[in-house]
Amino acid sequence: MMKGVQMAGRPLYLDMQATSPVDPRVLDAMLPYYMDQFGNPHSRTHMYGWESDEAVEKAREQIAKLIGANAKEIIFTSGATEANNIAIKGVMHFYKEKKKHVITTQTEHKCVLDSCRHLQQEGFEVTYLPVRKDGLVDMDELKAAIRPDTGIISIMTVNNEIGVIQPMAEIGELCRKNKIFLHTDAAQAAGKIPINVDDMKVDLMSLSAHKIYGPKGVGALYMRRRPRVRVEAQMSGGGQERGIRSGTVPTPLAVGMGAACEIAMEEMKHDEKYIRELTDRLYKGITSQLDGVIVNGSMEHRYAGNLNLSFAYVEGESLLMGLKEVAVSSGSACTSASLEPSYVLRALGVEEDMAHTSIRFGIGRFTTKEEIDRAIELTVDQVQKLREMSPLWEMVQEGIDLKSIQWAQH
Amino acid sequence: MLGQFTRGLVSVASAMTQPKTAGLLLTSRLYHEKVVEHYDNPRNVGSFDKDDPTVGTGLVGSPACGDVMKLQIKVDENTGKIVDTCFKTFGCGSAIASSSVATEWIKGRQMEEVLTIKNSDIAKHLSLPPVKLHCSMLAEDAIKAAVKDYQKKKAKREDNNSSPPDGQATVVG
Repeated sequence: MMKGVQMAGRPLYLDMQATSPVDPRVLDAMLPYYMDQFGNPHSRTHMYGWESDEAVEKAREQIAKLIGANAKEIIFTSGATEANNIAIKGVMHFYKEKKKHVITTQTEHKCVLDSCRHLQQEGFEVTYLPVRKDGLVDMDELKAAIRPDTGIISIMTVNNEIGVIQPMAEIGELCRKNKIFLHTDAAQAAGKIPINVDDMKVDLMSLSAHKIYGPKGVGALYMRRRPRVRVEAQMSGGGQERGIRSGTVPTPLAVGMGAACEIAMEEMKHDEKYIRELTDRLYKGITSQLDGVIVNGSMEHRYAGNLNLSFAYVEGESLLMGLKEVAVSSGSACTSASLEPSYVLRALGVEEDMAHTSIRFGIGRFTTKEEIDRAIELTVDQVQKLREMSPLWEMVQEGIDLKSIQWAQH
Repeated sequence: MLGQFTRGLVSVASAMTQPKTAGLLLTSRLYHEKVVEHYDNPRNVGSFDKDDPTVGTGLVGSPACGDVMKLQIKVDENTGKIVDTCFKTFGCGSAIASSSVATEWIKGRQMEEVLTIKNSDIAKHLSLPPVKLHCSMLAEDAIKAAVKDYQKKKAKREDNNSSPPDGQATVVG
């Protein structure tokens, strides 16, 4: 949404990794708990509390089912960020006598990286593994990084920026062998690709409701019971959620998350097929009319609804400015507050000038064919217009090798 | 009964969020307007022949920084006046607007005069936020680089003209 820009109606939304609209069926499930069934689920003495508690427990069951877990292993949190904090800091603080080392990747979500940084300040040691050019973790490098005092390995299942899917089962096998806890941030994965905590051999998993057509403000942490994972609680209070996360569980939000998970489970196959068709349509539509288009991250091991493209010789923020009618995001420096290009793209080894050119298209359950066609039209138009204005494009057309030029930095 | 009311509320809520295709959405933050305008209707996009002796080319920035500006001037040899300008920019909307404004301002002016254009003038004209000030600085650099290039070419030609005609002249490749 551009400031100072007039347009008719609202932009079409292709930023599903940022957040998703609430499914009307989820809203239907939530509303009674805002209206007349508004009790606190921890009130033990009257019907308002009992019915609220029943709804929370039902939601817990729905979430557990989605990932193949037991309801007793699900803890409600305020979102995946909080779940990541509890998992990483909580586990390491609990086992701090014997375990001093954490392994994670350079492409993790900021909340994971920041939790690790926090641990470093407390004296723990962290290895930030690089990833391959396709965004996947190198298993040999992971093996080499393991130490006797490694307490936890945290690797996200599906990356939010480039959509690549990590080989979790393989990683889980390695962790089991070495008796290290495996945590995964599955916020972008749960409800979109089949997930089973036993197949993946994970011990902790973070989930987010608003990535799968649920409400914002709620998430969950899966914690394995056999073998048991212990954490130090990050929130002090009345001991709710088995003492792991104090605070009143927000019943309507929990109900919403449960409903979203159930719907996602039932419709996963259909959604996947539908979204893949749209993504293919978008990709073919753009690449059939433009060259110099590169997909960031593995095409093979990728969640279909995330298409992160770099358009050579065109800068990302200027492209976003031209794509006024489309809500997408970019890995370009200009669009981040710090003027640094996306750290995820840099970890892939994407050259700095290409990192400035990336656009992430996020496709979801409610995206329509018409929206995709319009997005193709607008993208192709704007890229062509910007290439006409680009001195780099001009030089390449003249046969000049850009790498040979001595640029005048200022 | 409250349940009925709830369902009614949901249908009203969903009706209210239907996209208003007929209405206009004007946002209140107008400072960006000029930048968007230059992006939508950029002035003087194009290229002159680099080897033309009346053309000065300034190429500044780098792809790694996400900003590259090429600004060209066509100078009347006798009067030293800039008769035409054009630019090409790889960069964000503010960078494009800054270079577009630069070409507008220097057209029809004397070369020495345009060297006094400050990046702060460009920034003020476009109401650039602090984080985008470097775009206007690059535009100022581009103007200076274009003028410098023209003057360098002119000086080289004059050197050639004044060299001895007895075959001792160095060949300038």
